[in-house]
Amino acid sequence: MYKAKVYVTFKEGILDPQGKAIKGSLLTLGYDETEDVRIGKFIELQLETVNKVTAEVRVKEMCEKLLANTVIEDYTFEIEEVEQ
Amino acid sequence: MRFAVIVLPGSNCDIDCYNAIEDVLEQPVDYVWHKETDLTGYDGIIIPGGFSYGDYLRAGAIARFAPIMTQVEKAANEGKVILGICNGFQILLEAGLLPGAMRRNDNLQFICTTETITVENNQTLFTSEYSFEEELQIPIAHAEGNYYCDEQTLVALKKNNQIVFRYKNNPNGSIDDIAGIVNEKGNILGMMPHPERAISELLGSTDGRKVFQSILKNWREQHAAS
Repeated sequence: MYKAKVYVTFKEGILDPQGKAIKGSLLTLGYDETEDVRIGKFIELQLETVNKVTAEVRVKEMCEKLLANTVIEDYTFEIEEVEQ
Repeated sequence: MRFAVIVLPGSNCDIDCYNAIEDVLEQPVDYVWHKETDLTGYDGIIIPGGFSYGDYLRAGAIARFAPIMTQVEKAANEGKVILGICNGFQILLEAGLLPGAMRRNDNLQFICTTETITVENNQTLFTSEYSFEEELQIPIAHAEGNYYCDEQTLVALKKNNQIVFRYKNNPNGSIDDIAGIVNEKGNILGMMPHPERAISELLGSTDGRKVFQSILKNWREQHAAS
């Protein structure tokens, strides 16, 4: 059994109005060091595949087809083996 | 001309679209459930507004894989007329039938107002009854209507005259004030404003009627010729 952690974020240069609003709020709170805030999505998957390589291939496909919209979003993922 | 209004779980403008076809065009129209797998009997397909699948993941992202969408893609390739309104536009973008993507409105608000939009191209199957640069009062109601495409795509949209509607006072941050676009072939229109909500004085505007009237007129002309 494998666990995949998928992170989806806006591509560089794509306006992120939520990130912008949160940055404003952090600055209001006095966190003056806040240079930039980007909002993204975290998706966790449990997968039953024969090995890690297959899991990687399948998760990449899932990201391209559904989990991310590659017109505006980038994705990264980590896969680790977990006990059933 | 026979119309299909696609109904997804979470569609909420399907009845308005159905009524628009009945009232404005007096043409046969059916609701088609998203699990259906046949659209062969239809000449025009409308994907209505709403919040299909609760907008989970991204607006339109899950609806795009509904069983009926394979048939919508097939109909698109056959050159049938396809109109996606609001969530319908988002679904067409997610499906790759139209270029670009939708982002959250730049002010982060759900915007529900009547906007002035201008007809930027009146040489389409959907807008031929309007005059060029005609100003229309059409309601919008969305949180994710901030249209985006990369520069290369924008250049192509302009070059091919694919930008059909622009906002006069851009409410949501859309690139180049874009409110509606067609595909290169011209048989698919996606627009965020709701023409089906502007078909009667009782609703506050009749400016949306000509979208439907253009579709029917062009279909009749094409079929009279063949």
